[in-house]
Amino acid sequence: MLQITNLHANVGDKPILKGLTLSLNAGEIHAIMGPNGAGKSTLGYVLSGRPGYEVTEGEVTFNGQNLLDLEPHERAAAGLFLGFQYPVEIPGVSNVQFLREALNAQRKNRGEAPLSGAEFLKVAREQATALGMDMEMLKRPVNVGFSGGEKKRNEMVQMGIIDPALAILDETDSGLDIDALRIVGDGINRIMRKPDKAVLLITHYQRLLDYVKPDFVHVLADGRITRSGGPELALELERDGYKELAA
Amino acid sequence: MPAPTRHDEAWRYSDIAAVAAAWPLPAPENIIVPAGGHYARTIVQDSGAIHQIDIAIGKGATAAIHVLNIGGEYGRIELNVTLHEGADFKLGGVQIGGNAQTLEIITTVTHAEPKATSSQIVRSVLAGTAIGTYLGKVAVARNAQLTDSVQSVKAMLLDRSATANAKPELEIYADDVKCAHGCAIGELDPMGLFYLQARGLSPADAKKLMLQAFVAGVFEGAEHEEMLIEAALQKLGELV
Repeated sequence: MLQITNLHANVGDKPILKGLTLSLNAGEIHAIMGPNGAGKSTLGYVLSGRPGYEVTEGEVTFNGQNLLDLEPHERAAAGLFLGFQYPVEIPGVSNVQFLREALNAQRKNRGEAPLSGAEFLKVAREQATALGMDMEMLKRPVNVGFSGGEKKRNEMVQMGIIDPALAILDETDSGLDIDALRIVGDGINRIMRKPDKAVLLITHYQRLLDYVKPDFVHVLADGRITRSGGPELALELERDGYKELAA
Repeated sequence: MPAPTRHDEAWRYSDIAAVAAAWPLPAPENIIVPAGGHYARTIVQDSGAIHQIDIAIGKGATAAIHVLNIGGEYGRIELNVTLHEGADFKLGGVQIGGNAQTLEIITTVTHAEPKATSSQIVRSVLAGTAIGTYLGKVAVARNAQLTDSVQSVKAMLLDRSATANAKPELEIYADDVKCAHGCAIGELDPMGLFYLQARGLSPADAKKLMLQAFVAGVFEGAEHEEMLIEAALQKLGELV
């Protein structure tokens, strides 16, 4: 589904990714772990097309398509979803309005009919309920006044509504208490653990992986994947730290 | 009276050639709201015009003016408001300009007697080499105690070549008053735009949604709220 080959990327003039190669197949959940500054968030931003993140070498294909040729909204329509580490507050724009417009823009881009207001609200209510989020919150301006945990939960509600093929979740576990972590973990499994979908979980800690069992774990250090393995690798990292493994 | 020049403070940022062409202006429209009365007015300036309106609001009366200033090379809305005891004045103004448009809202709000309230909210969205100006003077007379006045002025620049001028001004002779004013000029938050695009909105739709949020609150409760928002959205759509 996603094939990243020898990816190099700069932020400003600074090289961050330095030859990253990674392949995800449908039905797989991959976790990327690594120390601060290794390039984990940069990878998420490069894949979703954030301005200012410049690819200098290498290629990325997504379902056979050259991902790097696409604008951010075209990547979304192609089925890619980025769960933000720091979801952005947008005063004055209601979650519901924004999500309906976003979803219908994606559907239009794919040649599908738009959802009516009633159809959309039904989907939104299902997802909000499954993630323990009050429908009233979904009517409020995007992320404004939300706690850290509520923002992350809102990301998952959005993911449920948009129903992407590939989710890149950037530290979705940070800022969550134990209960919220379980709810979010269950949400990821419910929405994304399917034979035709894939997930790239970017995380610092093993704890999310107790709820969302990865098929593969990779260590990202200094802009490259330095080690790959099964779920046991995450436990090893938790025990020994990154220093041992990055070397 | 000769046509104004840039030395006249109230015309400092105006399109002087357009003003000269329209000079002499007809006498200002004169509105008197009797004691206890209510007055509401919606002005859509969409063709390039100068509106000058004098409004006297009687004891305990209210006036609400909503302005959408979007059309023509030069559009100016000038309000000269006098508030009597306990009167209330509300202005909700939106200016949206592109190309080389010059748009301005100029107000003088005089609290002549005690306990009157006034609120002015003005939002400008400017692209191209457009110039958007708000000059707002609030004058509080010596005996106008317990005046409560608010000015909130914000402008959003879509291009570096656009200009916003904002000058809220207070002239207070009473000593027991509340006069708040705030003023901000900014650009669309790039992270917000990216967030919306990452969820599937095109760059133009993402901008439009954020700008809609920026201006929409101004028309809340306006007599012709839907029409105003629709006209504003259409104009925004031309700019993004």
